[in-house]
Amino acid sequence: MSIIARNISKRFGDFTALDDVSLEVEGGSLTALLGPSGSGKSTLLRIIAGLETPDGGEIEISGQDATALRPQKRNVGFVFQHYAAFKHMTVRDNVAFGLTVRKRPRSEIRERVAELLRLVQLEAFADRYPAQLSGGQRQRMALARALAPDPHVLLLDEPFGALDARVRAELRDWLRRLHEEVHVTTIFVTHDQAEAMDVASQIAVMNHARVEQVGSPTELYDNPATEFVMSFVGDANRVGEAWVRPHELEIVNLPTDGAVEALIERITTYGFDARIELTPGEGEPLTIQLTRERLEQLEVEQGQIVWVQAAAERTFA
Amino acid sequence: MRKYLLRSTALGYLLIILIGPLAMMIWRTLGDLDGAWAAITSHNTLLAFKLTLYVTAIAVPINTVFGVICGLVIVRSTFPGRGILNAFVDLPLALSPVIVGLSLVVLYGANGWFGFFGDHGIRILYAVPAIVLATVFVSLPFVAREVVPTLREIGDEQEQAARTLGASGWQTFWKITLPSIRWAVVYGVVLTAARCIGEFGAVLVVSGNVEGKTQTATLRVDDAYQFAYGNYAPAYGIALVLAAMAVLVLVAMTLVKPREEAA
Repeated sequence: MSIIARNISKRFGDFTALDDVSLEVEGGSLTALLGPSGSGKSTLLRIIAGLETPDGGEIEISGQDATALRPQKRNVGFVFQHYAAFKHMTVRDNVAFGLTVRKRPRSEIRERVAELLRLVQLEAFADRYPAQLSGGQRQRMALARALAPDPHVLLLDEPFGALDARVRAELRDWLRRLHEEVHVTTIFVTHDQAEAMDVASQIAVMNHARVEQVGSPTELYDNPATEFVMSFVGDANRVGEAWVRPHELEIVNLPTDGAVEALIERITTYGFDARIELTPGEGEPLTIQLTRERLEQLEVEQGQIVWVQAAAERTFA
Repeated sequence: MRKYLLRSTALGYLLIILIGPLAMMIWRTLGDLDGAWAAITSHNTLLAFKLTLYVTAIAVPINTVFGVICGLVIVRSTFPGRGILNAFVDLPLALSPVIVGLSLVVLYGANGWFGFFGDHGIRILYAVPAIVLATVFVSLPFVAREVVPTLREIGDEQEQAARTLGASGWQTFWKITLPSIRWAVVYGVVLTAARCIGEFGAVLVVSGNVEGKTQTATLRVDDAYQFAYGNYAPAYGIALVLAAMAVLVLVAMTLVKPREEAA
């Protein structure tokens, strides 16, 4: 159940939302569309679902041209940021909706709904209305509803964006486990790089209406193709013309070749990790990431002037 | 202190403007209960009430369907004329009913654009069709005016979700859109019905006001008042029945509405 987008373009008035974008998503994979707001990621997702019409290009779902298909014929499950719960229906009727409109036999609907409510752990809430659920529960209901008609693909538009941090982390884990269980081809849109790295097996980084790079989380972190990917996926320091990851910067006691003199502004520790923020003589502020152990060995303190050296650096054309 | 001032202002206003006249009417009716009852149950009064209900029964469904369609077009569609449509829906609120009546007389009169109905023996003016047309015209905006803000407020995400779940446009309308706006529609229907029952000016102009034939309940009240010769009980009695009908509709609605909001 693969998804292919070919040369998709979309404009809203003067604004270019998508500029000749192509993307291939393998069947059964879990892909994140990652990018800042306005990068076109939601528009691409909505075009795949058929909720927007592209100005040019083609969409293929499971090897079939879906460009001209109406959304109800595409067999996609779509989850909205703000749940889009049917407020006048119980949780049970919400989940059953996709089956009811397909006029499936009642016994089949009853079984399928019970199975899905179990999967999203909402059995006890079947007779409640969406207004009586928490945000996280509503989003789980929306997921069950999207999965009920056995869609070829599952599309999630910032699914955790409206939830608080704790529920968000829970649902993230839960989505990953669900995907291992159900194995439906899934694309989800997010602007949170940690979320994308955490959940997805493949990430497509988008910026200014284009896809900058597609790859696994480690590929993107280790071998970013562009300056934007370098700075957006994971933290990065800019040293002159080069880019360096925070863990690739080292503090040395003696000035060596290429070392930069800098003033320690702040030292913070968080569990096992430590961070040192520095201001170099010239250029942008730097952040070094290291272990607590290493920090203690270094014996540095705030206000001290040290030498900073890059163990590895990258430059982009 | 200010709290009480606000409350007594609101209540005092209601008392003087609304409750005072109604109370006076009830008082006068009670003064000659037999006379009022005789007027209410007289043959021609019953026919007038029947005509009012008949016209209301036609106008309300027409304007409900039109109002919902209109609301959907104004809020959901993107065609360029929807702003003009939105403005035109309000026209009956701005126009005096007398003007509505006169314009119908001109349109369907012997020399009007639609005068050919009369040439073919189909009576529009000074007959029931004209009363229905006038009533439909003046009661047109209420459903649309209630539906438009509700449609805006609920947004179209639920409808989009329904589409991705495999629902056709028709299924989406019946299962998602209509249930979401049902209280707006109910409220619009109540206001439309109240307006239909109470319409006077436009109907007066186009109906001919023939007792027992083209006389609606409001026209009957006016007749009873004009030709009271000092005996006002019949007019007050009929008017009271009309007022009671409107109050009943409103009470019925307030009784069903809170149940929904608690869910």
